[in-house]
Amino acid sequence: MKSDQALLQVKSLSHKFNNQEVLNIESLNFKSGKVYGIIGPSGAGKSTLLRILNLLTPPTQGKVFFHNHDIYRLQPQQRIEVQRKMAMVFQKPVLFKHTVKENVAYGLKIRGSDSKEIEDKANEALDRVGLRHLAERSAISLSGGESQRVALARAIVLDIEVLLLDEPTANLDPGNITIIEQLIRRLNQEMRTTVIMVTHNIFQAQRIADDVIFINEGELIEKASAEHIFSAPQDKRTWQFINGEMIY
Amino acid sequence: MTLLEGILEAAKLVITLDPAMMQIIFLSLQVSTSAVIIASLLGIPYGAYLGLRTVAKVRWQTRITYTFMGFPPVVAGLVVYLLLSSSGPFGVLDLIFSPAAMISVQALLALPIITGLSMVGIRERDNEFRDTAISLGANPMQVAVTVVKEARYAIMGAVVAGFGRIIAEVGAVMMVGGNIEGHTRVMTTAIVLETRKGNFELAIGLGLVLMAIAFLINSLLYKIQNGGSSYEK
Repeated sequence: MKSDQALLQVKSLSHKFNNQEVLNIESLNFKSGKVYGIIGPSGAGKSTLLRILNLLTPPTQGKVFFHNHDIYRLQPQQRIEVQRKMAMVFQKPVLFKHTVKENVAYGLKIRGSDSKEIEDKANEALDRVGLRHLAERSAISLSGGESQRVALARAIVLDIEVLLLDEPTANLDPGNITIIEQLIRRLNQEMRTTVIMVTHNIFQAQRIADDVIFINEGELIEKASAEHIFSAPQDKRTWQFINGEMIY
Repeated sequence: MTLLEGILEAAKLVITLDPAMMQIIFLSLQVSTSAVIIASLLGIPYGAYLGLRTVAKVRWQTRITYTFMGFPPVVAGLVVYLLLSSSGPFGVLDLIFSPAAMISVQALLALPIITGLSMVGIRERDNEFRDTAISLGANPMQVAVTVVKEARYAIMGAVVAGFGRIIAEVGAVMMVGGNIEGHTRVMTTAIVLETRKGNFELAIGLGLVLMAIAFLINSLLYKIQNGGSSYEK
């Protein structure tokens, strides 16, 4: 289902780590087909939120709804079905010790796709990230930028509704950053995939996000359209962060 | 006999494939290979089980495994001796002073090493690959298979390390094998005996072969470790 309704909803979410609260969000909605940029200082809880949305870290309290289903209360098989509607790309991509194509095919194989479909879709995804020529290359031989593009291909090859990106361009050169940003935009426009991206780079959020969410010290400070949040932030802390005046 | 003369005589035995020496080498390899296969069949699945479980849930099992990784061979020999001797619970099987007894004790020594090193290898890969596999939609069984597959080089290293430990072991096989010529005499026990007898050329020859095997094992381990270097970027 790819409509304008809230695809993912977070309600009364709280997460503690070593008895310290790292996330406390009363309510947050993500609509289908949009690109969201989550910004905030280091340790703000951005990546934790992403992990909670991806069912990787159960929250200490609160609920997460996907298509109105409380995902942490689903039966194991239903949870896997929900998980298969999402994919996450991490800041440091971990590639399996196989060829590039086998890495891209991983998600399709575990879903039981037939070999023809795997071959076709993997090639198509590699074309999208511009790495078809490296299909048979061992994943170990790739550069950081290429590895991140393989990780992205491994996610977009799947029939997903939500793509979660945790600092996907951190430590990459400008060329690879441009390629990845264009890919994210194209994926969103062509497939209407909802993208939720954590980034430290406020300019990146400004470039590719429809809506921007600012989180500070685990709290949701502000959520608005990219245009609005960068031109007229409503909270002083947002303004300080955007203008590089927040000391953390 | 000088050391040099001993080495030259030993080299002759090695080059001419002296039948007595070859028989000892063959038995050593047969016993240790059988033992490492048995230990691997038990140790790899158990190591995988420990490696895939939350650390807190297998804390005691981990501690016990680590303790047994340093199991003194003579104590292992004593345990197997007591179990297999005529008055022991398995005495009726009449296995004491047989290659089967030597395989048992070597398997006992290799088991915790293979279990422990497999566990560590899998646990490291678990941290690395679990989230990636889950985020791509893997179910718990698929996650476990993925992690174990990614730890294959570490597991192979564990098997090689286990083999390296037991092929060079002397005390335990002496106790349960008895060092009977043509029956339970292996390289290490033969070296001890031939040295005591002053028959240095055979002792040195076997020592050279043992060193060559150690070199091969370590070369293999080195190659495996290089093959298993992290793919993380």
